[in-house]
Amino acid sequence: MLTKLTGGIIYDPASGVAGRQQDLYLQDGRIIHPPADAKPDKEYNLTGKVVMSGAIDMHTHIGGGKGNIARLLMPEDHRADPAPHTHICHSGCGHAMPSTFTTGYRYAQMGYTAAFEPAMQAINARQAHMEMADTPILDKGGYVMLGSDDYLLRLLTTRQDQQAINDYVAWTINAAKAIGVKVVNPGAISAFKFNQRKLDLDERHCHYAVTPRQILNVLATAVQQLGLSKPLHVHGCNLGVPGNVETTLDTIQGIAGLPVHLTHIQFHSYGAEGDFKFSSGAARIAEAVNKNKNITIDVGQVLFGQTVTISGDSMKQHAGHKHAKPNKWVVMDIECEAGCGVVPFKYRDQDFVNALQWAIGLETFLLVDDPWRIFLTTDHPNGAPFTSYPHLIRLLMDRTFRNEMLAQIHPEAQKMTTLASISREYTLYEIAIMTRAGAAKLLGLKDRGGLSPGHWADITVYTDHPNRERMFEKPDYVFKDGELVVVNGEVVATRWGTTHTVKPDFDPSVEKGLKDYFDRYLTVKLGNYKISDDEMTEDGRGSITVQPTR
Amino acid sequence: MTEITEVPSPFCGIGSDDLAILADGNTLTVTANGCAATTSLFEQAVTDTRPRVNGVATGLAAAIAKAAALLRQAHAPVIGGCATDVNGMRALLILAERCGAVADHMNFNQARANVLAMQDSGWMTTTLAEVKNRCDLLLVVGTDIEAFAPRFFERHLWTDAMFVEDNNQRQVIYLGKAPSGEASTAPNGTQAHVLDCAQADLPAVLAVLRALIKNKPLQAHQVAGILVTDLQNIADRLKAAHYGVVAWAAGALAFSQAELSVQMLSELIKDVNNQNTRCVGLPLGGKEGDQTAHQVSGWTTGYPARVSFQRGYPEYDPFLNDTHRLLETGEADTLVWVQAFNVAAVPPVTDLPTIVVGRSGMVFEKEPDVFIPVGTPGIDHAGHAYRMDNVVAIRLKKLRDSGLPSTAQVLNALAESL
Repeated sequence: MLTKLTGGIIYDPASGVAGRQQDLYLQDGRIIHPPADAKPDKEYNLTGKVVMSGAIDMHTHIGGGKGNIARLLMPEDHRADPAPHTHICHSGCGHAMPSTFTTGYRYAQMGYTAAFEPAMQAINARQAHMEMADTPILDKGGYVMLGSDDYLLRLLTTRQDQQAINDYVAWTINAAKAIGVKVVNPGAISAFKFNQRKLDLDERHCHYAVTPRQILNVLATAVQQLGLSKPLHVHGCNLGVPGNVETTLDTIQGIAGLPVHLTHIQFHSYGAEGDFKFSSGAARIAEAVNKNKNITIDVGQVLFGQTVTISGDSMKQHAGHKHAKPNKWVVMDIECEAGCGVVPFKYRDQDFVNALQWAIGLETFLLVDDPWRIFLTTDHPNGAPFTSYPHLIRLLMDRTFRNEMLAQIHPEAQKMTTLASISREYTLYEIAIMTRAGAAKLLGLKDRGGLSPGHWADITVYTDHPNRERMFEKPDYVFKDGELVVVNGEVVATRWGTTHTVKPDFDPSVEKGLKDYFDRYLTVKLGNYKISDDEMTEDGRGSITVQPTR
Repeated sequence: MTEITEVPSPFCGIGSDDLAILADGNTLTVTANGCAATTSLFEQAVTDTRPRVNGVATGLAAAIAKAAALLRQAHAPVIGGCATDVNGMRALLILAERCGAVADHMNFNQARANVLAMQDSGWMTTTLAEVKNRCDLLLVVGTDIEAFAPRFFERHLWTDAMFVEDNNQRQVIYLGKAPSGEASTAPNGTQAHVLDCAQADLPAVLAVLRALIKNKPLQAHQVAGILVTDLQNIADRLKAAHYGVVAWAAGALAFSQAELSVQMLSELIKDVNNQNTRCVGLPLGGKEGDQTAHQVSGWTTGYPARVSFQRGYPEYDPFLNDTHRLLETGEADTLVWVQAFNVAAVPPVTDLPTIVVGRSGMVFEKEPDVFIPVGTPGIDHAGHAYRMDNVVAIRLKKLRDSGLPSTAQVLNALAESL
């Protein structure tokens, strides 16, 4: 079937098109060159509409055990937002941590066509993939967590060379069917199991005697040497701690030019100044990001309201449990690999700290110059549920609206932020970079995130409404792999996206040491640990797309 | 005849995956690493291969058509059992949604104490590999672990560990129930320390233990026949341990409002963690596909596996959506029973129209209107099942070619024919 999208205003940063009227032709799921004589089977008149590729969320907790703990922990949150089934959609629940089907529909309803789980534990990767397999419409993928796993820490203490580490990292990526590697509070999830409650960048793990900086360096090196497009995804030390801006700057300096992605950087950009010993470090972070081209970031914006924080950072989540609202929380140690913490949280605009967190996130967005190196996230659901993205986009694109919101937050927080003096307003082109082309480039997604011929036809069509929240919450049309799935913000058809992975090479002899270790110390056999291709595809709806390594 | 190794067990709760099984046609023999909780369930013979309608053997299509006819007439069906693998549970929830049914796992009442405590105040827990490598003190509360999982000690305590130098130094304490055998005895013969009491007294005993952990002054010298000094000793040992593990099976706490005792345990574990050492909970479960049902229901509906789709969206109620209650009060008008693991777990007897999607070999007191024998996940088809610790979904293997359909195949076909 040939489909023609006629007369839309195209924003396609992947090919440098910034608001040019242009027709698009779709066939067999892809965008094609204008055919010489073919008559379209279906034509959509998009005159005056804004056309972008489908949005890509490069950091959102949509699959894996800790998210499911959050769901099971919060029945009262679901009850307020039931999602009835329709003749097209399955039922479920929404708000802070929606059910999987509802997650897929609501992302698609906002024009998103891909989302990536950033904290997939290898031992729990099956669950992450099974949940994502039940998340319709979206393409998906996961970053596998390393850095607090006893196997890596043992490699480090026995001073194995970088090649041995690379082999192990590559093996794990393959075993877990991942597209990237994440490190969460390097070494600290393990240290917490030994009752260490704090681990600074150069502090030694009380058992293994390695430091977070060493772990960061070997993992960032491994990811680069294995040729992954996606740089090491770093959830740094000291999340949420006043003064942690110094740690973050030190992390940027210390990584010595290696590509790294610092995730939810808002939570790592705090000074310790002022009457409340809590201040914004956003300007210093933005300056460092602007200067160091090897660094990419996503923000992890806080927006006000009830949510639930879920993290692999069991050390910091345990420390934060006294802020739980409602007062219930779960912390887990997991399989000599990692851990997790689930702490419900309500961000309030009249709370000084929460209000300043909100401002710090926005300062970061507005002070980082290069939209190719910063990504729009709330670290769903940690800063806010993903459904608040249209509101966040309006805050970035509309200074008047932003300042109205600023005027409502805790007065002391208003004094501690430079937000009012920042005049920048994001353009549609910059939004398209942050949420589309930049994310596809960062992840190395071939033929995604662009609108030139050859790309998969993941396309979102918006009405150019001056209220950007209105515009982005309800696209006119969303196409996934060329199929119309959303009309006027309602799901009209569903389908299954693919799972993006990478398969870096490794020396197969790495399995010898691993097998001994699994047999002696773990509770699953090596052969049963690895996820097979058929597990992902046997139900007839999943598929695996292997993205190239460099 | 083929021998299959590294076979994972969906039966034992602890997800042992080192079994060896000899397959000779449909006959399976566990040749290594079986146990009382597992071997007979692997070796259960295939008897029924054909579905029955009103007791008369028929084809699969006819049985599904009859089941669909019954469900089309139903206004308030309930799907009980819910004992199957991940794909089976996915299909079950879609069927429940399609016909406005309640989906209710058969073990929910046993697990409810955990669910309620967790949803009210949360907890700190661990997984089996952490127990194996770190546990230097195991406190077992009100539960006979080895009856629950015969290989628990062999696989997790008296075995290689990264951070425990000498297994004989691992302490085991039983509180509120004595072990039924010797599995908890250390390699050097040291027996578990046992403080027994009546089940019904456990709430009082745990309250005292928590008070001691929190350093609260107590007037009493004994509680339920246990000396407070003995409980003080447990409190001291929990605080002195590097990685204390507190284990219980909610189903074993067979007294009213056991959720308050689970909460007491969960809170005292948190208290220990606030006194400069580590301590974690280990809730035991993983039988009859319970964790699988809760996990899949969790991501599909937001709630554990006791949800109603009567109003077109999932609604959770840990008491009202109880299969037995719905049958007894007449609120349900049709019963679907799904049990792919255990032939002994037959549906409750009812006069209501009954559809059973069950493991081959089930014997009924009252023949259901429709019986569709299905294969067992991990025997007749591949699949996934969750261990008791919830993190690990074991990859179940297909061991033989019995020709029996999977739960998912049957329930998907049923949902589609509605």
